[in-house]
This record gives sequence, C-alpha cells and structure tokens, in this order.
Amino acid sequence: MTPATATAQAELTYREAVREAIRDAMRRDERVFLMGEDVGQYGGAFGVSLGLLEEFGADRIRDTPLSESAFVGAGIGAAMGGMRPIVEIMTVNFSLLALDQILNNAATLLHMSGGQFGAPLVIRMTTGGGRQLAAQHSHSLEGWYAHIPGLRILSPATVADARGMLWPALRCPDPVLIFEHGSLYNATGSPAGHDSADITTAAIRRTGSDVTIVAYGGTLGTALTAADRLAEQSISADVIDLRVLRPLDDATIMESVRRTHRAVVVDEGWRSGSLSAEIAARITEQAFYDLDAPVGRVCSAEVPMPYAAHLEQAALPQPGAVVDAVRAVVA
Amino acid sequence: MLRIRRFEERCVELYSATKIRGFLHLYIGEEAVAAGVMAALEPADAVVSTYREHGHALARGVPMDAIMAEMYGKATGCSRGRGGSMHLFDRATNFHGGSAIVGGGLPLAVGLALADRMAGRSRVTACFFGDGAVAEGEFHECLNLAALWHLPVLFLCENNLYAMGTRIDRAQANTDLAARAATYGMTAHAVDGMDALEVEKAARRAAAAVRATGSPYFLELRTYRFRAHSMYDPDRYRDKAEIARWQQRDPIDTLARRMISDGELDEPGLAQLNADVEAEVAASVTAAEQAPVEPVDQLTRFVYADNEGLP
Repeated sequence: MTPATATAQAELTYREAVREAIRDAMRRDERVFLMGEDVGQYGGAFGVSLGLLEEFGADRIRDTPLSESAFVGAGIGAAMGGMRPIVEIMTVNFSLLALDQILNNAATLLHMSGGQFGAPLVIRMTTGGGRQLAAQHSHSLEGWYAHIPGLRILSPATVADARGMLWPALRCPDPVLIFEHGSLYNATGSPAGHDSADITTAAIRRTGSDVTIVAYGGTLGTALTAADRLAEQSISADVIDLRVLRPLDDATIMESVRRTHRAVVVDEGWRSGSLSAEIAARITEQAFYDLDAPVGRVCSAEVPMPYAAHLEQAALPQPGAVVDAVRAVVA
Repeated sequence: MLRIRRFEERCVELYSATKIRGFLHLYIGEEAVAAGVMAALEPADAVVSTYREHGHALARGVPMDAIMAEMYGKATGCSRGRGGSMHLFDRATNFHGGSAIVGGGLPLAVGLALADRMAGRSRVTACFFGDGAVAEGEFHECLNLAALWHLPVLFLCENNLYAMGTRIDRAQANTDLAARAATYGMTAHAVDGMDALEVEKAARRAAAAVRATGSPYFLELRTYRFRAHSMYDPDRYRDKAEIARWQQRDPIDTLARRMISDGELDEPGLAQLNADVEAEVAASVTAAEQAPVEPVDQLTRFVYADNEGLP
C-alpha cells in the first residue's frame, strides 16, 4: 500500500480534510498560497491551517491584518497577477467587509474588461449557526453570494467534498467561494481517495421515491436525519445535496422531482429572498405539472441569531420540522 | 496632454450629440499628472486606474481608436463595449482598468504587487486614486498592508480638491494627504500636479525608489479639474473665480510656453502638433462610427471564463 492510498482510506475530520486539500494544492502548484486573519501562527480561527506555516513558511501561509477588504482585494489582484490565492475569511458575517471587492471586482472584472482580465482565486469562509455565537457570527449568507453572476459558489457538506473540491476550484479560471459550515469541522468521514471532486453537479445522498428533500452544507445532516425518521413512517425520501449553489444543477433536482412528485427545500438562510425561494421557483417553472403538492420549505426563523442554546436551536432548521414539512406535502 | 485635451473636448460634443452616454468624467486640467507619471513607467509596469481615466489610458498608450470605440459602446472598444468611459482595460499595456468604486482599485494594486513579489518580478504597480479615496477605509487598509509587506506599489493620489462636490476641507480632518500617508511608513510627498515636468521628475524618482527597495511610495499630485465632476454636474459648489485662477495654470499652456522658451518647440511646431492631434481624434471618431456593435447573442460572454481562453 502506498502512503497516498493509506491517507485516502483513513478517516479524517472535515477540518483535516480541508487542511489536506490546502496542503496538497500548495505542493502541486507553487502559485497557490493561503492568506487571511490568523491562518499562520494561530493555525486558523477554526484550526484548519494548523501546521501549514511550519511546512510552507510565512510567504505562502500569510497572516493578514484585520482588513478584509484589503486582503480579499489583494487576493483578487494577485490572481490577476498570475497567482492562485486561497483567501480565508473567518466567518461569512465578516465577508461583508469585503463585499465590495467580491462583487464589484472579482465578479465583474472579466466582463467589464471584455474578457481580458479574470480573477481566478478561491475564497473560503465559515458559515452557519449552531454554536451559540449569536447574531454576528452565525448567519448563512451564501444565498446572497449565489445571487451574483460571475461567482461560483461551493458548499461541501461531506468530508470527501471538503477534501476534493478545493483543487478543481483552484483550477477554475473564475472566482470560487467555498462555504464551510462551522458545525461540520469535527465531523468525520472518509475522503475515499478524493483529491478532486466535480464542482458542477448536485449529488443524491439517499434515494427514495415519495419526496425530494433538497439540502446543502449544514442542512444535509438535518435532511438525512429527517429521512431516517420518515423511513420509520414508511415515507421514502430522495435527499439531494446541492454541493454547488451557483450555478445550480437544475437537472439533478428536476430528475428527482419528476420521480417523487413532491419537494421540500431545507435552507439555513432566512426564508425571504433565499436560495430556497430560488429552488422552489425553479421547480415551479420546470416541473410544475409533475408536482402533486406545493413545494415545502424549512428555513431559519427570521430573527438575528440568538445566543441562548434553546433559542438558537428554535431558530435553526431541525429534523422534526423537515419531517413535518414532508408529511404536509405527502399527505 | 494635447491628445487627452482634444479627445475629451470631442467627447463632450459627442455626449451632447448623444453618441456617448452613461457617465463621462473629464480629466481636463489634470493632464500633466497622467503625462508625467506615464513617462516615468516601464512597459512591463502595471497601472490601476479610476473612473476619470481617459487621460491615464491615453498617456499609457492604449490606442485612441480603442478608447473612442469603447465610449461608443462598440465591439472594437478596449473593453468590447462592456465597460464604457469608467472601465477602460487593456492587457497589452498592463492597464488594469478604470474602477468606479472610489478606493476599490487600491486592493487590486496591492495584490498585483504581491504577485510580483511572490513570482520574483521586479516591476512597479502604479495605482491612481483621488483625494476622495483617502476618506475610504480601503485606502488605509491598503497603505498599511503595502507598507507592512514591503510591496512595490506607487500610490498616486490625484488631489483635485473635490470629492465630487465636497471640498477637501469639508471631508478630511487633516488635508495634508502626503503627511497622512507617511504615517504608514513610506516615503510620501506632494508635487505640483499642474507642471508635467515636475510630475515626471517626481514620478521617476518615486518609481526608481520602488524598484530599488521593493517598497511602496506615495505621491500627492496637487491638481484641479477645470470641468464639472461629470456631465450631470451643474458645478454649483465651486467659485467661478477659483476655477479661473487654476485655469491660469493650464498645464498644457505651461509646458508649451516652457518648450518654446527653451527652443524645443516653436509656434508652427505647436500648430502642427495640434493639427496632428485633431486628425487623430477625428480618425478615432470615424472609426468608432463605422465599428460594429457587439451582437446581442454575445451578451452573456465574459461572465464565466469557460472557453474564453484566458491565460
């Protein structure tokens, strides 16, 4: 057994899988470097980059000042200058300080320049709630980014995707944002030999015939738990992991809905104007006559995320709510 | 400088004739800055610009035909009709665009310089912005980052005293912009931006320092726009006498007088220069008029890079 296959078969945490992906990319391509707040000496706010500074040095594992706009924009500029930066933003809420650069530069440069300049960088950030971090560290704003033409939005929900999506994202000539749900870092799984996953399609994580549950990132586990409970009630659910939030893989969603005739979308974002709204609209546009019931949705309560555990859990999509939503559409 | 002046004067006429639309921000009065700075740069250097960038693009060597065609929104424009006046781009001259978000170009310049540093290239990234940008957070984040990481950026602050309609002393607690830049740990000083030779001298010194040290450098170029902020601006916030005072220091007249007194130019020579420039501008208009528009079926090109053959 070669060392490579030994690594591939060992169980990893999601955190370790992201770290392995970064390490592997940096070994493969000298243009790749990591930059962000506390990615070096501290080891990453969530421990993702622990040990990488020692291996690659301070030039390629680059601690930045607290200046999201400058270092995200510098990543865009470095990408224009031929590098392949991985920029880490601690949380999606902080990314708003760099939204100008992401929207007005990364997403527009290729178009505004008539195809002359692109921004082939990867921006990774933590998203989501469930850790009692309250209203400035817990939101799910990936749906906002998925609104923007010019960006590609990835949401790895499994250890295999955490390991496999980074390399193709770095090979992609477009700006790619990767959203890592904060509750997943300690999840374990097999990277199953993945050092390169596709970054264009959704995946069916469980097959069923009565209903399609569409989930992504942190809500995939919620959907799968709900599907287990529904199975006990003799309701068989197809569970789709979107994986890619922009461009959406309509074909996989519609193929499933045409088989099950019912759909529930689980989205940790707020319901109004959300990704779940977009998916429900597309199902209505493309598979209306295959539906036996209105599309159901389970989203976060429309409040800033509260601190207290019982309030936060009440605000987030829970398996019980998914079960209820499914029962409502299969009734 | 004459090319910039005559080009923009023609653009005003074309705007009134509705051949050019959108925003049109004129550089008239500030030409000495672009001409002086670009004379000090090497072809391999990178330029990051603003939305008042016709002068930067022309002085950098972006072909006038391609700029005029872009003003017309034609397929032969330097941004294939996607950018317009505020977003001129040209890979051949490393002209990384006009940015219309005040301060938004500074992080790109820092990043371009970072890439140069990491790739072992010794070039300068020249980053233009106005006095208005100094009030933006991105300005301070970027000067700090460039100084902290010793990145080869030449920061060029075109201080024309007004952020759109707001005079600098109504927006900046300390109007000595070079002094503020210096606090980030870089050489910084102010230059007479109405004198092309002074600008060129200062820019040559600054670019040489950036090349030699690999560290950033800041020039505040004190200048003035003779025209309103844009074609929509009735210019109610400036005293006519103030504008007239600055026009006494017209950078083109200043340079022409000096060249004539130094024997480098005579009146017939100046007339010939003017005629040549008029002809170039006229030819660019003719070419733009005749150029094809981008087919609408190309609308969604350049959103994603698939199959666009980007390097």
